[in-house]
Amino acid sequence: MSAPSVSRSQTRSRFALWSRRGQPGLVRQFGLQLLCLFVLFTVLFPIVWVVSLSLDPLNRSRPEGLTIIPDGATLEAYAQVIRQPTNNAISFLDLTLNSLKIALGTSLISVGIGVSAAYAFSRLNFRGRQVLMIAILGVLMLPAVATLVPLFVLLNSVKVDLPLLGQFNLRQSLLGVGLAIVSGLLPFAIWNLKGYLDTIPRDLEEAAAVDGASVNQTFLKIILPLAVPAIAVTGFLGFIAGWTEFYFTSTFLSGNITDHTLALALNAMVGQFSNTPWSLFSAFAILFAVPPAIVYFIVQKWITSGLAIGGVKG
Amino acid sequence: MVPKRSWLSRLLGSGRSSRIAYLYLVPAFLVMSIITIYPLAFQVWMSFTDMQLIHLNLRLGLTPDFVGLKNYIDVLASQLAIPNFNFLRIVIYNLWWAVANVAIHLVLGVAIALLLNVKGLKFRKFYRAMFILPVVIPPIIVATVWANMFDAQNGAINLLLAAMGRFLGMSPEVFRIDWLRQVASPIDWLLPSWNGGPNLSLPLAFYAMLATNTWLGWPLNSVVATGALQSIPHELYEAAEMDGATPRQQFRHITLAYLRPAMIPYAIYGFVITFNLFFLSFFMSGGGPAGRTELLVTQAYRLANEQRLYGVAAAFAVIMFFILLAITLVANRLTKATQSYSL
Repeated sequence: MSAPSVSRSQTRSRFALWSRRGQPGLVRQFGLQLLCLFVLFTVLFPIVWVVSLSLDPLNRSRPEGLTIIPDGATLEAYAQVIRQPTNNAISFLDLTLNSLKIALGTSLISVGIGVSAAYAFSRLNFRGRQVLMIAILGVLMLPAVATLVPLFVLLNSVKVDLPLLGQFNLRQSLLGVGLAIVSGLLPFAIWNLKGYLDTIPRDLEEAAAVDGASVNQTFLKIILPLAVPAIAVTGFLGFIAGWTEFYFTSTFLSGNITDHTLALALNAMVGQFSNTPWSLFSAFAILFAVPPAIVYFIVQKWITSGLAIGGVKG
Repeated sequence: MVPKRSWLSRLLGSGRSSRIAYLYLVPAFLVMSIITIYPLAFQVWMSFTDMQLIHLNLRLGLTPDFVGLKNYIDVLASQLAIPNFNFLRIVIYNLWWAVANVAIHLVLGVAIALLLNVKGLKFRKFYRAMFILPVVIPPIIVATVWANMFDAQNGAINLLLAAMGRFLGMSPEVFRIDWLRQVASPIDWLLPSWNGGPNLSLPLAFYAMLATNTWLGWPLNSVVATGALQSIPHELYEAAEMDGATPRQQFRHITLAYLRPAMIPYAIYGFVITFNLFFLSFFMSGGGPAGRTELLVTQAYRLANEQRLYGVAAAFAVIMFFILLAITLVANRLTKATQSYSL
């Protein structure tokens, strides 16, 4: 260590305002805070804008300026949106139920079927393993839009006639949309869960095998409990994908108003020829975004902690 | 002597473990065969036909004609009777869109992670919690809200600019910028067109969407970078200090060295996500003006949903598959070069 560098660090510590080591000095702290506040402003600006818009009274179609709490702030827009968000005769509750059906149904089925396949891929040896894995990867590579056409044509040719559900065209139904979503979500769930199972150490299973546990027992008693966080995260990502699904719902459900979802209503509100008041649009967007955002906040740590777990393809 | 086995048992493998494995795979295999693999195979068949809306009417019972490679040639040579369709322009713009976004996400994400990592920064936890907000909002909402914000008449961006302009004595009329529809491109040299090539000039809508996606994309990059920064052992900096390394040298040889292996795979993942980002282009610019911000995914959607040329749309999807395959192979190469990876 040379003498000059020692004396330099001593002189630096005398100027507390600029100190680099330990606590930053006042000036530096101030500069850092300014930067952070600027970033905070850019992050919050759109959010504050939408919240502010949603408080506009209904007779004000467009905002009058930049405000945080607009003149005559009211919750009318929320009330109106919950009654009937668009000109289509369907309530917010029904839209939500349809979105929920799709989101819950597809994510539960994909994760339920996917976890057993993921276990086979992660732990068991069988012929054709590589080929099947590559097939799944190949499907994963395709964005959902690229499977829109064949699913549309094929589901369109299926007429369902079931005792409980009645008679309908599979394409023009929530069931058909659900099938189309599972088509892409299942490979994603398998891949994602397999990635997580690969990270679970094998010690426990080996110990169990020594004690004579069968493959089934190992899966049910050891793997499944350990995989709960990954199952929850995969299920959640699938849920979000279903909750905001747009390609299949918008292509399949045309005209069939009672089956419409939140995403379709949002599309109707912002469409090219729509003159929906912005307060309605904003209130709707907030109601649409808040439930998944809250859950995201809760599971966020798990999602970002292992980035083997990625997003759902869009 | 090895006992002879039938082709079936050879195909299904031998021994208990293989048979049990197939039992675990059966549900997924059945479901995927019917709703994933079969439709994809059907799509390849469709891509060689002239299937259109009329063939879907089961009562008419019309069967589409086999047209060979016509759909592929029409797409690749941009000979479709669709307004503003230029395949080469879409591919180049799509690649540029992904590259530009990921570069900005990466730089901003790392920079803000470094900012929040400064020792002794006050309110660090508060900032970290707030900066994650864009991540938790579904992209379809982000796209529609920002489309609203970039509105020429009442949008927040123009209002904000006008408010700032008032300080400089500028009239608010200056800020009636039609962000999403203006045809003229603000910077000509950025993605130059060549003689006889497609019009590649980037319209204002590109920059508006770039800003939106920057808002949407940097926070997750920042989370990844923060994770990498926190994994750097403190002793390294102390040791470097003792050896007389300058702060710049420390940054280059310690900080960046630790960031790189974490950020590169994530950047590749971000590239693929951004490449296929449907909602911004669809809800903000609508692919316009004149199709100049159309992406492969939005064009695929329009072919199926608006033009209803199912045969052409199928061919388009198959071509898309090969483009994405090429990207994935290159990406895998890059990932392998930076970290071990096993299938």
